Amino acid sequence: MMRGWLRSDGRKGIRNVVAVAYLVECAHHVAREVAGVDRDNAHVIGFPGCFPNPYAQKMMERLCTHPNVGAVLLVSLGCESFNRHQVESVVRATGRPVKVLVIQNTGGTRSSIAEGRAWVAGQVAALANAPTVPMAVSELIVGTVCGGSDGTSGITGNPAAGIAFDKLVAAGAACIFEETGELIGCEAIMEARAATPALAAELRASVEKAARYYATLGYGSFASGNADGGLTTIEEKSLGAYMKSGQSTISGLIKPGDIPPKGGLYLMDVVPDGEVRFGFPNISDNAEIVEMMASGAHCTLFVTGRGSVVGSAISPVIKIAANPHMYARLSEDMDVNAGRVLQGEATLEEVGQEIFDLVIGLASGARSKSEDLGHQEFILTYKSFEPIGPACLPV
Amino acid sequence: MTPLTDPRLMLLQPGDTVFVLRDQIAAGEAIFVEGVAVSFAQALGLGHKIARLQVKIGQQVIKYGAPIGRASRDIAPGDHVHLHNLVSDYTPTYALNGGE
Repeated sequence: MMRGWLRSDGRKGIRNVVAVAYLVECAHHVAREVAGVDRDNAHVIGFPGCFPNPYAQKMMERLCTHPNVGAVLLVSLGCESFNRHQVESVVRATGRPVKVLVIQNTGGTRSSIAEGRAWVAGQVAALANAPTVPMAVSELIVGTVCGGSDGTSGITGNPAAGIAFDKLVAAGAACIFEETGELIGCEAIMEARAATPALAAELRASVEKAARYYATLGYGSFASGNADGGLTTIEEKSLGAYMKSGQSTISGLIKPGDIPPKGGLYLMDVVPDGEVRFGFPNISDNAEIVEMMASGAHCTLFVTGRGSVVGSAISPVIKIAANPHMYARLSEDMDVNAGRVLQGEATLEEVGQEIFDLVIGLASGARSKSEDLGHQEFILTYKSFEPIGPACLPV
Repeated sequence: MTPLTDPRLMLLQPGDTVFVLRDQIAAGEAIFVEGVAVSFAQALGLGHKIARLQVKIGQQVIKYGAPIGRASRDIAPGDHVHLHNLVSDYTPTYALNGGE
């Protein structure tokens, strides 16, 4: 039975955690120590930069008002450029408890940690008694990424995740796939699935933008370990990654922080707009997970061939092993063994159903492996985006 | 009749020029690819590609029914297809140790 915590904007959370958010790297240590009072229920998120960035501001506002978040402690050094007043007022407007801790005004590290811990402990106790309400599959937003891909990812784990996506979309959920830099070579087959011709053009343009961006940087979205696992080119990796999207019609194109307006399948364009600046679009897998959370993702399906062990703050991650040999080595980190398909022990349909059931389970009180292991990775860096155009979300 | 091919070689789409390994092959182990016996100096892990069809230098290599790059040298059936004979049409591939 799915149950969630109802928020003032009508969305429901499948977790009810306190976000402890540092607003510059200089406040990270205090935030980490504060959250250490109860790591299960207090999750650290934050932005390390001292220069202002509208993207980072929007991301932090979305994350601090994510449906899985019940209260927010903002940890500021005091002199950084991040607009703590604005994020505080955005959180307060949702009715969530929020407190700003300014280290320079609180007597330094020890007293800030003590004050922060006392506040967080009080919030955790209050959230523990918060009532839940029934939740439907159609109220879920689910993201998917692949990381540490190898030659098995596109054959087992990614198509199985795609089948789970098809089932979720059919039940009315919103599903997000992303990393346009890993869809290079898939433009033609992907645009044929767009809900409208104008959206098809937007999908193609997003991948062409990614190809230009990565060409300028000189590296594709391809790590050395991908080659060890039998993948040779970015377009080969892309065709495998694309399988995560399943077979559903593509309902829209969103950018990080845009929340899907209704159920359906959405592509997230994660490559910045304008000239190349600030470096690689997403410097590691967790940056992608963070962006899907900012767009409301309750949980993330993470397919891995080489064997990634990460989880995430705020939203649980389901780890899907594509490679049966890797599963045998890293089973303590893996929720699903999609590699069974290669050994004739399961069909893609069966693994897809297993993933779907795990998603429902997360919303019904079950925890994922990475949650139990305490994985709460988080990373947010500089980017710059233009708003999406009118063709991106056809009515 | 289809020429004999090792059951560990998987054909993803009918027009593909490569097979994909569903299990590993040991160094020196003789296997059949479309009726031809071949072996490899190094062990190949699952997910690696073995050529099914000849591909001339500059021509496209097909997997999942779609191009995954071009042959950087002539590829013969039974060849391991990887960084030494296949290049991207988009960005070059970075690998620490030759992808072995």
